[in-house]
Amino acid sequence: MSDWRHTIDRFGGVMLLPVALAALAFVAIAQPSTWVTLTVAGLAMGMMIFLMASGLSLIFGLMDVLNFGHAAFVTFGAFIAASVLAALAAWVQGDSALLNIVALLAAVAAAATFGAASGWFFERVIVRPVYRDHLRQILITIGALIVAEQIVLAVWGGAPVAVPRPAILEGSLVFGDISVEIYRLFAFLLGLAVYVGLHLTLNRTRIGLLIRAGVENREMVEALGYRIDRLFIGVFMAGSALAAMGGAMWAGYQGLITGAVGSELMILVFIVVIIGGLGSIEGSLLGAVLVGLMANYVAFLFPKLSLASNMLLMMAVLLWRPYGLKPAVKG
Amino acid sequence: MSATAAAGGAAAASRPALRARTGRFVVYGLVLAIGLCLMAAPFLFPEVRAQEVAARICVFIVLVASYDLLIGYTGIVSFAHTMFFGLGAYGTAIALKAWGPGWDAVLIGGGLGVLAAFVLAVLIGLLSLRVKAIFFAMVTLAAASVMMVLASQLSQFTGGEDGITYQAPRVLSPAFKLVTDADGKVVQLFGVRLNGKIVAYYFVFLSSLILFLAMLRIVASPLGTVLEAIRENELRAEAIGYRVVAYRTAIFCIAAVIAALAGIVRAVWLKYTGPEVALSFAIMIDILLMVVIGGMGTIIGAVIGVVVMSLAQFYLKDLMQVAADATAGVPLLPDLLDPDRWLLWLGLLFILLVYFFPAGIAGTLMGKGGHR
Repeated sequence: MSDWRHTIDRFGGVMLLPVALAALAFVAIAQPSTWVTLTVAGLAMGMMIFLMASGLSLIFGLMDVLNFGHAAFVTFGAFIAASVLAALAAWVQGDSALLNIVALLAAVAAAATFGAASGWFFERVIVRPVYRDHLRQILITIGALIVAEQIVLAVWGGAPVAVPRPAILEGSLVFGDISVEIYRLFAFLLGLAVYVGLHLTLNRTRIGLLIRAGVENREMVEALGYRIDRLFIGVFMAGSALAAMGGAMWAGYQGLITGAVGSELMILVFIVVIIGGLGSIEGSLLGAVLVGLMANYVAFLFPKLSLASNMLLMMAVLLWRPYGLKPAVKG
Repeated sequence: MSATAAAGGAAAASRPALRARTGRFVVYGLVLAIGLCLMAAPFLFPEVRAQEVAARICVFIVLVASYDLLIGYTGIVSFAHTMFFGLGAYGTAIALKAWGPGWDAVLIGGGLGVLAAFVLAVLIGLLSLRVKAIFFAMVTLAAASVMMVLASQLSQFTGGEDGITYQAPRVLSPAFKLVTDADGKVVQLFGVRLNGKIVAYYFVFLSSLILFLAMLRIVASPLGTVLEAIRENELRAEAIGYRVVAYRTAIFCIAAVIAALAGIVRAVWLKYTGPEVALSFAIMIDILLMVVIGGMGTIIGAVIGVVVMSLAQFYLKDLMQVAADATAGVPLLPDLLDPDRWLLWLGLLFILLVYFFPAGIAGTLMGKGGHR
């Protein structure tokens, strides 16, 4: 038994869970082409949720702040991306691949910029006065979420908004009887790029070192003379920008968005953060991929259970590891 | 962290105390007045709409006060309170629909709903109350949203998004004659017909009153004191020898059961149960706003919070309509002032309230901080 555990730990420990899940699903589904499609969809969904969850997790880990208003950044990101894409409709629908890409990047960048700016405002005005007071933090960020959602409704109206998708990302690649949607591939690659970027920043730069140290022990970092609150604003802005980016990608993925998009995704994001463990990027990635795969497999195998399945997954993980699979902070 | 208590200090200890005493009189007087108004509601406000509002206020007072047991007395934030409310309401509704109007359906269906709420509360509590408060908030949010999806998907039982309409027991229907004169006609008292509608209202009022008094008793008991100790300093309470997890789970279950009972009352009164009235996240936000406006950690603050919010829901909308018409020419402003956007302004008010008066109306007046 302990030999087994040792071997599993050597090959990645809990990081093997998605692989195990995929293998299990392969047996259950028994159609390789369907399985590949579902797996790609799950990975793409997981990566988009990872974008939203990573910021939330880091913000919590560093400053013990849980931002229920995080959903607002997702919603705003989605709507801003939709507006930018609609404004650049000529480029989006055009034949030129370059203009397609430029329009898409402009939409994502606009969403991220807005996310960063509103993150700054949010941190300064909403969160700063209630540091270290969890109850009021939850209440105030919920209040801010209500206000933000109402502003979205006031600006964009209550009707669902259609999101034009760049022509180059339409359609799918076909290998034999396996077809892979290009947008999903793109979402997966973008998420992977963000993960690699975050991983390198956290592990290879001085700022990353300080952030990790702050997550581990804030007081000690402050005692050594670093202004951790400034660092925190940076992390908050980056996290909000990532959430907005995730919202933008999700808007393109869904093609039709409503004002409730953020709150709906937030449930999944919370589940991801809880499964992954607070404060760690690796945990968020693991949780997001697990949730994405689970959602897609179960939606295919037992359509009625799709949201409940993630809930059950969370319950199981909490029973097994009360602080999540890969927490950076305990307690 | 009430401003009055902090500003006083040792030098002027008597002034805040005096102010707190006057404040307490004001609060108790206000609550008493509201209670009397609710008691006489069918005679004071005979029109149908006002009675609906009065019954809703009664049920919400119970619901908000039971939420206050959690958030104000124990310092745990749950987003699953509407889930328990909905379990009680749906249990009653499904039984009344299946077996026809009768008290047995209310008892068995409602009882099963309460039992389900209790079991779920034990499970959620034991599973997630041992970790951080913030985890608990997230877990309950996830659980509540799953319940919402379930209610809309299991439409053969719950009626999906449309909900269920059914009949209440005969005693509570307008056709029932409570007091008849010699000719067999319904007697009128102060111009109000003494029929089943009156019985239904007093069923709601008395059940709510009993539940509310039970909650007042709970917080005055040793259990309430232990809960406050846990809220103020969890480690110390644990060190003194109280099993924090057990106490938290216990109060979570009590609050869940009371919420489910309130759900039964609501279902019997309304003769309709659907996601909009019993399960939606909007109700959770209402509860949250009401408990904060009224005053966390006071129980009787719930009465004030519910009444203020219910009145605001009517008058704020009217006020906003006027403002929106007045600013019709300005871009964006009429959109922001549209009556449908009233939650926007209430949200802003809520944020300001949490900043400046975290103790709420009752807490601020009584000089008693809900949460420190």
